[in-house]
Amino acid sequence: MPGKLKAKIVAGRHLPVMDRASDLTDAFVEVKFGNTTFKTDVYPKSLNPQWNSEWFKFEVDDEDLQDEPLQITVLDHDTYSANDAIGKVYIDIDPLLSSEAATVISGWFPIYDTIHGIRGEINVLVKVDLFNDLNRFRQSSCGVKFFCTTSIPRCYRAAMVHGFVEELVVNEDPEYQWIDRIRTPRASNEARQRLISLMSGELQRKIGLKVLEMGGNAVVGYLQCFDLEGESGLVVRAIGTACTLEKLSNSSAAAPPACNSPSKDIKEPPFSEDPNPNTHSSGPSTPLKTQTYSFSPSKSYSRQSSSSDTDLSLTPKTGMGSGGSAGKEGGPLKTLLRQQTQSALEQREFPFFTLTSFPPGFLIHVGGVVSARSVKLLDRIHNPALGNTRSYKLLDWNSFAADEPETRDAWWEEIRQEIKSHARALGCHAVVGYSESTSICEEVCILSASGTAAVLHPKFMQEGCLDGYSDPSRLSRQPATFSAGSEKGEFDIFPQSKDSSAALGLEEPSPPSCGFCHIPYDELNIPFPAHLTYCYHCRRQKVPDVLFTTIDMPAEAAVTGKGCLIQARLCRLKKKAQGEVNATAISNLLPFMEYELHTQLMNKLKLRGMNALFGLRIQISVGENMLVGLASATAVYLTALPTPGGIQIAGKTPSDITYEQHISNMQKKINDTIAKNKELYEVNPPEVIEEVIGSPIPEPRQRSRLFRSHSESSDEVSELDLSHGKKDAFVLEIDDTDAVEDIHSLLTDTPAPAGFYSCNTEIMPGIYNWTSGLQMFTSVRVFRLSNANLTNQGLNKIFNDLCENLLKSLYFKLRSMIPCCLCHLNFTVAVPEDELIQVAVTAVAMTFDKDQAQENWKLGADKTHMKAIVENEEQLQFPLELCTESPSTNPFSPCRGTGLQESANAHATPRAASVDYSSFADRWSSWIELIRLKAQTIRRGSIKTTSSLEKASPLPEGRSRSLRSTRSYAGSTVAVVKMTPLSFIPGTRIIKYLGIINMFFIRETTSLREEGGVSGFLHAFIAEVFAMVRAHVAALGGNAVVSYSMKECVFMENPNKNQAQCLINVSGDAVIFMRESELEATPAPPQTSCSGGEVTT
Amino acid sequence: MGKMSVELDVFVGNTTIMDEEVYQFWLDGYTVADAVRVRMEGGVLQECEASAEVLHSDTMDQFRTFQMCERLLHCPSKLANQLLFQIPPHRQAMLIERYYAFDDAFVREVLGKKLSKGTKKDLDDVSAKTGITLKSCRRQFDNFKRVFKVVEELKGSLVENIQQHFLLSDKLARDYAAIVFFANNRFETGKRKLQYLSFQDFAFCAVQLINNWTVGAVDNMVEDMDVDLDKEFLQDLKDLKVLITDKDMLDQHKSLVCTALRGKTKVFNEMEANFKNLSRGLVNIAAKLMNAKDVRDFFIDLVEKFIEPCRSDRWTAGDIKLFLTHYTNSVHILDTFKHQVVWDRYMGVVKSCILKMYHD
Repeated sequence: MPGKLKAKIVAGRHLPVMDRASDLTDAFVEVKFGNTTFKTDVYPKSLNPQWNSEWFKFEVDDEDLQDEPLQITVLDHDTYSANDAIGKVYIDIDPLLSSEAATVISGWFPIYDTIHGIRGEINVLVKVDLFNDLNRFRQSSCGVKFFCTTSIPRCYRAAMVHGFVEELVVNEDPEYQWIDRIRTPRASNEARQRLISLMSGELQRKIGLKVLEMGGNAVVGYLQCFDLEGESGLVVRAIGTACTLEKLSNSSAAAPPACNSPSKDIKEPPFSEDPNPNTHSSGPSTPLKTQTYSFSPSKSYSRQSSSSDTDLSLTPKTGMGSGGSAGKEGGPLKTLLRQQTQSALEQREFPFFTLTSFPPGFLIHVGGVVSARSVKLLDRIHNPALGNTRSYKLLDWNSFAADEPETRDAWWEEIRQEIKSHARALGCHAVVGYSESTSICEEVCILSASGTAAVLHPKFMQEGCLDGYSDPSRLSRQPATFSAGSEKGEFDIFPQSKDSSAALGLEEPSPPSCGFCHIPYDELNIPFPAHLTYCYHCRRQKVPDVLFTTIDMPAEAAVTGKGCLIQARLCRLKKKAQGEVNATAISNLLPFMEYELHTQLMNKLKLRGMNALFGLRIQISVGENMLVGLASATAVYLTALPTPGGIQIAGKTPSDITYEQHISNMQKKINDTIAKNKELYEVNPPEVIEEVIGSPIPEPRQRSRLFRSHSESSDEVSELDLSHGKKDAFVLEIDDTDAVEDIHSLLTDTPAPAGFYSCNTEIMPGIYNWTSGLQMFTSVRVFRLSNANLTNQGLNKIFNDLCENLLKSLYFKLRSMIPCCLCHLNFTVAVPEDELIQVAVTAVAMTFDKDQAQENWKLGADKTHMKAIVENEEQLQFPLELCTESPSTNPFSPCRGTGLQESANAHATPRAASVDYSSFADRWSSWIELIRLKAQTIRRGSIKTTSSLEKASPLPEGRSRSLRSTRSYAGSTVAVVKMTPLSFIPGTRIIKYLGIINMFFIRETTSLREEGGVSGFLHAFIAEVFAMVRAHVAALGGNAVVSYSMKECVFMENPNKNQAQCLINVSGDAVIFMRESELEATPAPPQTSCSGGEVTT
Repeated sequence: MGKMSVELDVFVGNTTIMDEEVYQFWLDGYTVADAVRVRMEGGVLQECEASAEVLHSDTMDQFRTFQMCERLLHCPSKLANQLLFQIPPHRQAMLIERYYAFDDAFVREVLGKKLSKGTKKDLDDVSAKTGITLKSCRRQFDNFKRVFKVVEELKGSLVENIQQHFLLSDKLARDYAAIVFFANNRFETGKRKLQYLSFQDFAFCAVQLINNWTVGAVDNMVEDMDVDLDKEFLQDLKDLKVLITDKDMLDQHKSLVCTALRGKTKVFNEMEANFKNLSRGLVNIAAKLMNAKDVRDFFIDLVEKFIEPCRSDRWTAGDIKLFLTHYTNSVHILDTFKHQVVWDRYMGVVKSCILKMYHD
């Protein structure tokens, strides 16, 4: 009996009228946990009942606490017939199980019904008393913290990164159970909601157990997904990165200058990472070889044999640290069979990390994107244990693995193995920015996994890395200075930054601003053709000509200009088919699609004059009669990589003069576009001195022909050269009409309107001075293809227009926020039905300060920098931080490892954010003045935004009664909750993580027209989902959700029957944030004692 | 290519995005197509390199949002407490204020009419006459009716009650008070002779009546205090008749006024000639006010019995003011007249109403 759950039902409001006669409702509430149910009294005839119930107490196992949600059902009492349900609230009590998260859940929750949506609100109080349980054979993992955030959460530091954790659970989908043929859809949808809530809880508990086994205390980058496999069942699976996190607190003086010093999100909203130069000096220079993209065709055919052959014996220095401690305590734990086998050894087997940005020094080299796809036929999941005592007690599919060799688990295992071997081929021992996804259509399922092959520093994966911290950090500001100076390629303007680093004796073999670009593989043993040059930044090591990754750009990376969103879009028709035939057809199409997507990406990258992609996400969705591919990434110009060559068009029939003319016209267009783009994105790399090997000037003789996939046999496919490495100019050969179309579509990508930028990573490379404007949004579009006789080309055009128009709509909607950037712009495509394409996008628009962008801050920073240098040691510390780190978005606080400075650090660094406002630089005489300036600026800003609409109206003449006193709208009782897909909120500091939000809703209607058609229906539903997320966050005491994502949006309609149904799954991290300005006002940040309710803005 | 159609298109922001201009189109009852057309003409397309398609999508989206908000706007206090839309307080105030705003042309058509189903049925005529869309007319009418129903039975100040329940600005709350007051007392405002008066003229008069002639003017804690006229006072008004029935008093009153005005106005002769007619007019209006039917005709009577004669004699507003001041004050000197308090309460309102209603 390790826990007591207590719930109190306080009141309701805005309840619907349930009794038409009286226009009132006789409401009461059922509170259920596990198999125990309590009821409140009926509160008669009111739409705003005040139950003020006693505390309902549930004595439960902590295992149940983790699995089960608290279910609250509001009903209307009816003397003569069955009580009508008004709606339900599911409360995940997991946040209450961790001592560092929320302590009480208290607030107004929307009462939700799958048919009617939100029907009023209910005020609930929930608490948990946990008893200490020393049972080590326990099945629960209470206290393990979960984060959706794919970086080390701010206000924690990673003592150790253990590695990959994964788990999946399987159950029958209630929708497909026989009982549902006689049950109403509403009942089965409610059953589904409850089941998935339960399965998520169980999944989380099991992952938590694995984390405990590994010696960790948290999961970062937790990604949970549902596979609705229809008749064959419901799979809930999750992956994440196990870590040991330590809460940063001001009091612990001995704490080293953690990578996650609380200062970092303040001064540098964009990134949480810091350069760590020493990681490089510790090892020999890395092997040289280049590749950016590992092509891995679906496993159903021609698995690349080279993968395992090229298993190079590299990475000697990193010593395979992943999963470091896992082996230590695997033993005594009695867990499921599978969990045992999955312990230490297997952890090492998959050195995968779901993180997309990293503690300083963690990421050493990046090899390139690795991906794998596999097409599977779903069959019914054999599930013999249904229907005993606990009707929904879940079945772990894994326990039936013995019966069925082809399990979901085995499928993923295969894919992961493939990913791993690809990474090896790239000379990397780890995969970062790792994610998995599926696309299901009827009985066919495409499993996909992708990540970025990387070489990581072992110290984060070994015990004792804490000690390792102080050394590198001491020096870290130097390289940061370097990168600051080089940010815009202005070496010559800021020679002193180099001087200073030299003066301090820092001879870095690979500075963090370019080190990750250096190839990890052996130059002489590249598994693919590649074009290598010496790094344009440090000139010491080899870099590839382009770099594709799935991670966020490292904060310390040196970039030129700004980045931009790039998308490759592709549709492929396929014949309708069943079973094996269908799966084979899909398998055969996949490599062509990947190839074309890749080609498009490469073309578009060159067209923008850039050389690297971050946050690459390739999605291929399967429908009955087509496949849709969408690749999104954020393109940047990495200073370390060579200038990309242009795109050259070559005609096939040179005899024809008009044709030649046509070609040269197109060539001109392309050249113009490249020039325009370079200007637009401020891509002005420094003139390259021609000592570098390889010339950036196009050499026509090196052209290679682009394969048109439909003309190639699959044999050729496996030989595809995807590196595009051997040539500088990228040649498009026009050999058919397709190519012409391609070029047209290349050129029809309209750039974002003036004042807008967009990226699919956390923040936009090249923008540093975010202001407080923030607008998270979700947009969904479904298109119907009305003509059945579409060609691939026609389809491509439609799909392309669809995405372009959606983007245009977003820009238009958000135009009032200019200058602003759409960040984390992530598209999800689906083919829900025969002729439908669905695109869903969730992103955040953030404003930034245009005037103080670019040159200004750099000048300011630099002046401060110079000033700092002449000042004495004590003073030096902070200004140095300001100037060196902030411009390069480097939040690392280089405290010298003495306890004394720690507290100072904690206070000072938040203010350091004022680097944003560095246009005032010349007036800064010390960092204190700088702080003052900052505070003023912020205050000014906030006054503007909060000014209320108080109208000056003439007082009534006749009577002197006061008319102004009673206006109440200013006193809204609803706390504002911000939502963002990013892991931070600019200008604020996250002071507490309250727990993970993972919610699943189904909404259905049988009166589609009356609810405004499909758009009206979905619009209302998404608004309701937002509202429920906000309410749960507010009840936890939070004022924001970070790392928010909508992972599932499955929409089905039947207009003929006037019906529709939608299923949405969202997740994120509930947090309390404080504005920097508030923090400045408060001498000591209320790190530990702050109770959430007070901190709402 | 025309091969695709948008089946579904939604945009939902965590903070609800609303464009005031589009909101106005929605309030004005535009169709989406009309709103798109007007927006395009307004040049919004250039703002952000948008296409007609984009504009259509945006307009649809916002119209839908407003429609979903409408339920909440019917009870504005809910808007602040609801969880569905996250709308900053000043935007909430804007939404409410604009929702309850009305067109002067519309309100003139229904001012003083019973806010009943019958009147609502006639709204298409009003729409045709005023050029305001039927949808907008209905919204405005329903707003009047909703406010009326809520405050009808409440104690306390009408304006304050309206403000409290509907969170309106002072100005708008006072306008609604006038509308409610007129609807409750069914003042005739639609006659041709009254057409020249604006809603604001009437609203001003309403404030005068509410502040001086209602129950609330004497006792501010009774029900309907601001909506119903003080019956006792109306009864007492009968006593004023002596001013015209008593010949001596009438003559004395006239000579006092004439003495005071001699040489001070260009229309002295006309005034002198018309004094008895005018005085009879004003006093008769007072004496009849105890009948509900005559209350309704209060404004038309003022126009017919006083304003029109003066206008035909080309009195200026200054002349009117001068006359009414002395006409009112001279009565204080009549020692046989015992109803000074009632007289002042009556004339105070009548004077300011006439001054407002007398357009040069």
